[in-house]
Formats: sequence, C-alpha cells, structure tokens
Amino acid sequence: MPELFHRKLERSTIGFVIAIIAAASVGGIVEIAPLFTIDETVEEAPDMRVYTPLELAGRNIYVREGCYACHSQMIRTLRDEVERYGPYSLAVESQYDRPMLWGSKRTGPDLARIGGKYSDFWHVAHLNNPRDVVPESNMPAYRWLGRTALKTEDLPLHLAAQKALGVPYTDEMVENAARDAYGQATPDTDFAAGVSERYGDATEVSAFDGVATQLTEMDALVAYLQVLGRLTDAAYRNTAATEQPADPAN
Amino acid sequence: MLANLTSSERQNALVLAVAVALAGAVMAIAGRADVLGIHGLIVALFGGVVAWLVMASFYAPEPAEDRAASYYDDPIKVGIVLAMAWAVFGMFMGVWVAAQLAWPNLAFDAAWSTFGRLRPTHTTGVIFGFGGNALIATSFHVVQRTSRARLAGQVSPWFVLLGFNLFCVLAVSGYLLGVTQSKEYAEAEWYADIWLVIVWVTYFILYVATIARRKEPHIYVANWYFMAFILVVAILHIVNNLALPVSWGLAKSYTIWPGVQDAMVQWWYGHNAVAFFLTAGFLGMLYYYLPVRAQRPIFSYRLSILSFWGITFFYMWAGSHHLHYTALPHWVQTLGMTFSVMLLVPSWASAGNALLTLNGAWHRVRDDATLRFMMAAAVFYGLSTFEGSFMAIRPVNSLSHYTDWTVGHVHAGALGWVALITFGSLYTLVPSLWKRERMYSAALVELHFWLAIAGTVIYVFAMWNSGIIQGLMWRTYTEEGALAYSFVDSLVAMYPYYIARAFGGLLFLLGALVGCYNIWMTVRAAPAAATRGADAPVVPAAVPGE
Repeated sequence: MPELFHRKLERSTIGFVIAIIAAASVGGIVEIAPLFTIDETVEEAPDMRVYTPLELAGRNIYVREGCYACHSQMIRTLRDEVERYGPYSLAVESQYDRPMLWGSKRTGPDLARIGGKYSDFWHVAHLNNPRDVVPESNMPAYRWLGRTALKTEDLPLHLAAQKALGVPYTDEMVENAARDAYGQATPDTDFAAGVSERYGDATEVSAFDGVATQLTEMDALVAYLQVLGRLTDAAYRNTAATEQPADPAN
Repeated sequence: MLANLTSSERQNALVLAVAVALAGAVMAIAGRADVLGIHGLIVALFGGVVAWLVMASFYAPEPAEDRAASYYDDPIKVGIVLAMAWAVFGMFMGVWVAAQLAWPNLAFDAAWSTFGRLRPTHTTGVIFGFGGNALIATSFHVVQRTSRARLAGQVSPWFVLLGFNLFCVLAVSGYLLGVTQSKEYAEAEWYADIWLVIVWVTYFILYVATIARRKEPHIYVANWYFMAFILVVAILHIVNNLALPVSWGLAKSYTIWPGVQDAMVQWWYGHNAVAFFLTAGFLGMLYYYLPVRAQRPIFSYRLSILSFWGITFFYMWAGSHHLHYTALPHWVQTLGMTFSVMLLVPSWASAGNALLTLNGAWHRVRDDATLRFMMAAAVFYGLSTFEGSFMAIRPVNSLSHYTDWTVGHVHAGALGWVALITFGSLYTLVPSLWKRERMYSAALVELHFWLAIAGTVIYVFAMWNSGIIQGLMWRTYTEEGALAYSFVDSLVAMYPYYIARAFGGLLFLLGALVGCYNIWMTVRAAPAAATRGADAPVVPAAVPGE
C-alpha cells in the first residue's frame, strides 16, 4: 500500500527530510564518484605542461571578465566542429583547469585551439577594438587591459594554491612566479631564460602586447590565448585529427 | 517592523548586526590590498545600517498580545518588496545585456559594463534576487498557513531574509568589480559562499522547526517542495563551491574540482539549480496559491506524490545532458539523457495536476488575470519541460547546444513559468497580507499579464529562430564538402533576432514595473473594513486551573 506508507511518511518531519536527502543523493553519487576512480576518464599525456605564471594570470583575467559566457573551450566530437576548430577536445587537456572553462554558449567562436592561429599583434588589435579587425563583431572592446599593469606580487600564492590542489608546480616555479611572469613578456632578458628553463623551450616568450618594457594585463591575456590547445599534443595523436598542431615557434 | 520583537530579541538582533559589521571590518582590513577590502566595507555598512535600524526603535513599546495567536507576516512583507526591487534590477540588466549583443558599444568602453561582467548580474539578479526573495517570502507564508502555526523564530526570519540579500549584494557587486569564479550560476566567491551556507542552514532549521509545530497531522504538498528546495540547494551549493582561497586577504579562490570532474559537478549543480531553485520552490508556490485562488482543491493527491518523488529523484541525474559530445565519458552522457527523458513524466504530472485543478474554475481563469498568470505558468511549465527533455536527446543537442535555442528554452522556463507563477502568487498574497479587499487595480494586473505574455512569446520565438539558424549554419556543407559558412556569417544572421529579443525583454520589464506600481498603490490603500475570516494560527486553549 504505497499510499498508506506515504500518508505515514508525511506525518514525520525528520522522516521526510531523510527521504528527500536519500532520493536526491543517488544521481550525483553514481555520476560523479566514478569519474575519480575510472582511469579512462582522463587520458595519459606525459608531454602535458602546466600554465606559466603569466598564462595563469591571463587565465584569471579571462575568468574575471566572464569570457566563458560567449566562448566555449570544448570542441565536440562532431565532424563540422573538428573541421572548423580542430581535433575534438580531450579530458586531459583541461586536467589543470580550475575552473574548467568549457562554456555553454557560442556567441563567439570556440577558443579551445585558438593558440597559434593568429599573431600576438592580431590579438592585441582585436582586444582593443574587435570591430577594427572583424567589422561584424559584437564583442566588447577591452582597451583598458593594455593600460592596466599586471599584479604579479600575488602570483607565488596563486601557484602555491594550485600546487596544494595537485597541479605539479615545483617549489622553484612557485618561488620564481613573479619573475617568470615578467620574463615571459620580456624576451632577451635573464628573466626570460628562467621561463624556458622551468617550463620548457617550447614556451612562447614574447612581448605580447608589443611593449617589452612593462607588463600589462594585455600581455597576460594574450599569452593565455596563445597557449590554448598547445599544452599537449595528445589530441593530435590517435584521434580524428586532420591537421597538425600549431607550430609553437610561429 | 520591530514592534513584534521583545526587548531581549531586539538585543539579539543588535548583537547579530554588530557582529556582521565587525566581520565586515575584519574583511576590509585583511583585504585592504584587494577588492576583498571593498566587499568588507559593503558588509560593514550593511551590518551598520541594520544595527542603526534596530537602535532607532529599540525602546519602542513591546508587543502586548500573545504573539503565538497571530502569524508572523512582517518579514514576508519586506521580502515581497525586495523581490520586486530585484526583479526590476535583474530584468533591466537583462535588457541591457541583450541590447549589447545587438549594439556592442552600449558597454561605453568601461570595464564594469562589459557583457561578461553584466551578464551574471542579470542571472543572479533575477534567479537569486527576484526568485530567491519571492521563495523566502512565500515559503514563510505558506508554511505558517498550511501548518496553522506561527514561524518558529522571531529574529531568525529576518536573519534569513536580510542575510540572503547581503549575499546577493556581494555577488552582484563582485561581478561588476571583477570578482567571479566563472562557474555558471555559482559565480560568487568563497566568502560570499560561506556566508550563504550560514544563512541557508538557519533557513532550513527555521522551516523544519515551524513544520514541527504544525497543528495539522500531515505536511502539506507545498511544504514538501519547499523542503526539497531548501535541502537540495544546500547540498548543491556546498559541493559545487568547495574551493581553496589563494589567501585570506584575497577574493580569488581555486575550485577543488579539476577539468572534467569540475564540468560534471558544475552541471550537476547548474541543472539542479534549475530543478530545485527554479522548479521545486515554485511548485511549492503553485500547490498553495493556485488552489487558493481557484477555490478548488488540488486535482489528485496521488499525482502530487508521483511528481514530487519523480522530480526529487530523476533531476539529480540529468545534469550531464549539458555535456553531450564533450570530453565527459559517454556513459555519463547517456545516463543524463535517459533520466532527462524520464523526467517528462513527473514534470507533466505536475503541470497536468495544476491544469486539472482548474476544472470547474475556468470562468475564473477568463475573468481573473491573477489566476490566468498561474494557468499560463503551468502551461509554460509543461511546454518548457517537454522542450528540455527533447533537447537533452543527444542528436537534438548536437544542433541546439552552444546556440541561442538554449537561451530561449531557459527563458521559456524563467519568464513563462517562474516569473508568471511568482506574479500570480504575489497578486494573491499582497491583498491578503496587507488586509485589503483586492489589488489596487484589476486593469493593471490585466495589462501586466498581456505585457508579460507578449514579451515572453517574442523573446522565445526570436531565440528559437536564431538558435536553429545558427546551429544549422554551423553544420551546413557545400557540395564540394567544405563548410558553407564562416562563424562570422552565422553571427551576422543573428542581429535581427537579437534586436527582437531585447524588445521582448523590454516588454517583460515594463510589465514588472506596472506590477510594482500596482503593489505599491495596494499597500498605500486604506485597509479593508472587515477582516476576512479567521487568519490566525491555532492556539491550544488554556486549561482552567493550570
């Protein structure tokens, strides 16, 4: 007699509360917990590198400005998406992403593999006023990024927090975070050499915003955009890839 | 407002307000080098203003009568006013961001007014500001009437209501300042999230304690939904917002969930924010105010049970349909799709139960715009839950995902269901709370109804068109086998619909303004001569000799 049972249940406040918790817990537990235990959930990518301090700072600007509201970073396993944006995204490519920025809406195009597709100069022009390079665009202009100095003194704290959560930053990377952020945007300095040493020779060192003397939020955001899709080559191996990864030297 | 508090309760309220102000001062000092400091000042100011309000009538006469013999309606009245204020703010922000998509220079070249920062002020403003305040206010009303008991606390309802609004203020001001986790519908940072947990646990305890005082043997259906809303939102909020602050002096934190797991947790949260904030809570409203207004009992008790447990169980599985064809494992996508389709059963059971309740009262639906608000809400609820199950099917989702179709679907639910049931409920509740015969103007309720319907229909049709066109353009191939349209081609095709959408939203905002005026004039009107029936809790009769 299910109805009789329910008549009893709805006489008990605590019983009802417990029943709600029980009914509502199952779905989440079944769908979330195995994602941590099933090994195939995240692919292996031994060549995967972490974000440099400058790229991480740029990512935090992307987060702060809410770019995810219009740009996805998740190429789906559909033919037209692979042909338009590149090989479909793998879970491993966002394994260090907190939060993930897969997005839910494309008012603008997907950015999962935007890195290396346009020059730094193009990105700076586009962020300053998107309609200068894409007349039909409805993206906001971000002129102030190039006028705002990047805060670097907190970067060691940021890397330390990421490290505490399991991102494989070394103590040396944490210690040198502020210097490395400066070095990555000032080629041909001693600081720049440290970046290549700690994050690999393939790391792009460039005066991203075109001004090598000062470090701005524009430098950081462009550095981040230029590394999107290039932390690992995993997506180009054993997948439906029709193209080669963007050349880091370009 | 303090007239109903005893002097010791006023002291407690003062201590709480001062404690909040002090916490704000600590935040302001710890975060002086960061935007956290600005938020500290806002918290301190908020606590200070509340403390000042308490001080101002600290020595006013104390309540004379036995309070247990009357319902506690003061927090509900303030909650209604706050809900309408947030409605105007949130909907205005919505119209502004919608217009920015058509005319991008409406950001005026400032940082705070770009689309990415304004968009969450719209979503938070309408979902949490408008929806949340309306839910808190109506739940306080429904739980007292259906339990025939006064709220189980005197200060705690104020703590819940004002504390929740402090959270909303921190969230919205944070986005403008660039403080966000970029987790959709959970953008507020760690300190605001912790504060909301404190507020929400108080809400839960207050609600359950009030139900425990009930003079009715059974817990009424509306309270099942309000309880599910409070409980499950707490679970979702805590799990999704687990994060490690970069330092105690910085607003920034990093979520403990990485990449693919973060995506699953985020959409488990995101979809169930729809389920338990925007559905369960508002079904609680529907199950009380619709039968009251129609003067008909709920059609079927069994359907109520079926739909309640169906919604509570099935919804929690459905979030992964936001991640079809992504790097989320296929088995989770399939589970999400399956449960989303099954969800149609309890959803339509609810919608059908509501509409069948109106049998015998259809002449009232014709004559009374307030009841028509609720009828239209039930229809939109049925339509958008059907659409949701449909869009969760993987091949359909391949077309609809990432497009405006999703935005249209959300607004069919948010405007057509959530906002309409809220306005219908408020137009029922306001005259009864303020002891008036009826709303100030029935004609203005009628005008609001048609503005809301026209706005919703224009909005939803514009987004269906733009979404489906966009989805088709992205996947169209030429005869040579190349992609036919560039991304910019698809964007150019969107502009007419973006203008139409902004216009639809504007009509809806105008309707809300008409509603504000009507509510304001009702409150200002003279109270009805005779009190209507006995609207008081059951008090155990005093036994002689005790």
